[in-house]
Amino acid sequence: MNILRKKNTANLPFSETAIELFIRLCGISSIIFVFGIFFFVFREGAGFLFDGLNLGQFLTSPEWYPTSLSNKRYGTFALILGTFSVTALAMCIAVPFGLGAAIFVSEFCSPKLRETFKVIIELLAAIPSVVWGFIGLTLMNQLIIAVFKAPIGLTMLNGGIMLALMSVPIIVSIAEDSLKAVPDSYREAAEALGATRWQVVYRVLLPAAKNGLLAAVLLGAARSIGETMAVLMATGHSVNIPSGPLSWIRTLTATIAAELGEVARGGEHYQVLFIIGILLFTITFVVNLIADLVIKGIRQE
Amino acid sequence: MQKNDLTDYTIIGTLVVLAFSFVIMGCSPKDSESAASKDTTQVIIKNKGSDTMVNLAQAWAEMYTGITSTASVEVSGGGSGTGVAALINGTVDIANCSRQIKPKELELATQNTGKAPQEFIVGYDALAVYVHHDTPIDKITIPQLAEIYGENGTISKWSDLGITHENCPSDRIIRISRQSNSGTYFYFREALLGKTRDFELGSLDLHGSKDVVEVIGRTPCAIGYSGMGYATSDVKMLEVATASGERYYAPNLENVLAKTYPIARPLYMYSLGEPTGEVKAYLNWILSAEGQKIVEKLGFVPLANN
Repeated sequence: MNILRKKNTANLPFSETAIELFIRLCGISSIIFVFGIFFFVFREGAGFLFDGLNLGQFLTSPEWYPTSLSNKRYGTFALILGTFSVTALAMCIAVPFGLGAAIFVSEFCSPKLRETFKVIIELLAAIPSVVWGFIGLTLMNQLIIAVFKAPIGLTMLNGGIMLALMSVPIIVSIAEDSLKAVPDSYREAAEALGATRWQVVYRVLLPAAKNGLLAAVLLGAARSIGETMAVLMATGHSVNIPSGPLSWIRTLTATIAAELGEVARGGEHYQVLFIIGILLFTITFVVNLIADLVIKGIRQE
Repeated sequence: MQKNDLTDYTIIGTLVVLAFSFVIMGCSPKDSESAASKDTTQVIIKNKGSDTMVNLAQAWAEMYTGITSTASVEVSGGGSGTGVAALINGTVDIANCSRQIKPKELELATQNTGKAPQEFIVGYDALAVYVHHDTPIDKITIPQLAEIYGENGTISKWSDLGITHENCPSDRIIRISRQSNSGTYFYFREALLGKTRDFELGSLDLHGSKDVVEVIGRTPCAIGYSGMGYATSDVKMLEVATASGERYYAPNLENVLAKTYPIARPLYMYSLGEPTGEVKAYLNWILSAEGQKIVEKLGFVPLANN
């Protein structure tokens, strides 16, 4: 057997190395792309970031006047708050629903129903974000006006619901996978000790699968932070410090999407939009870092 | 061993076939496209810019393509700034612009392409002030609009305008605006506030002339501005006066032509350098009586001398 294998690789140096090289390239390419994108975004914004931009004002002032003729102000505080508040709201809705659905699909429902559920959930994940945005702009807008007597339905609540609907499928599928990965012997042992099904879930499965569940929630949150089109259409796109779920807001991503298309290349405003890109990069990096540390902490326990 | 050889070669073979099919798939549409354009010797005029003008430009393009067999016009929107940016990069033949080109942009375009953009006024647009059709108000003055929209403005409630708006229980005026670099936004800001004052933050900045009217039509508390041509039955256009005590003018054809309606602006098209050939023919047709008829049909105001 050993001889056979050796002879085999010696006989096929070309195909083996070619395929190995191809796979290696695929692996490395993701790293190259991430660094390439970071380099590009940083290069476009760096000039103004280090020379001219008041970083304190950029992060703490809510005044976003990029096209003012007399007094340009680049404050993103309201946009940062907008991004975080709508993401938080979306997670408040999506996490219970997503984890609940995952527990139901993996532990409580019949195999036949499970397959149907999975297909439908995957279908939900395939709906493009602009369609969600459109639903938010038309249907949800009027629903919120009617239900909450709000003056206008294009609000944080609207965007939050849209984002929740978009991140639920991600949370469900990853959380379900991690629940499935818990060995059956755990369930059997718990049941043998006389635990009810709910006790099995609550006391055994959730603690055993917590790494995967946390990953599911964080990926859902990352999707919400990065989402652009749906929040651009559904949240009202208004520079406003949010005071509640019914206030209209604007997010960092939507600002880039709305303004980058019409801005003079290389100008101050253009560079500030790229600095917002760097800011988003940093936020995602920090979120991922925290996730990593938390998971490592859990492992060490 | 023999078998292993075979499977490996099969994999390589499949990969090669796949690669080839991708190459072929990637190339074929372009090939057929260029072949088609060669056959009919059609010149494609690329036209891009202002969202306000995109319906108009589309209507012109469709009509013109029906008349002539030597040219076809490709229209895309994106905003005045997008059109000018494309002009500076030399990627369009004609840029649509709902504001005048800035001196800096003119200079950049000349520098980049070696040709100076030429300006053509192709019609007029009256920016109408829209409210929901249930709103009990018919007229408004420019200073009032300035206090509604301007930074630290004094009007934020419908009752501040002296009206009771029954369908708007919160009484709060919801300001609908445009994204901060659209031509419409620039023009409206300058018409209301001049060059030194900014808009108050907290307006809903929508992404298109049509969206503005659409959202106002669904929102009783809202006020907003958009091209005169976008009116629907759900909204109402207000008569505007330059100051209280002055006469109010409705946004309509006569008032814009007579230059009495206070917020009307010219619509521009810019060509790269003095237009020649098909581009020249197209612009001439747009300025002709036939082209101007379409301007009127779409709710804009045609040039006076027609």
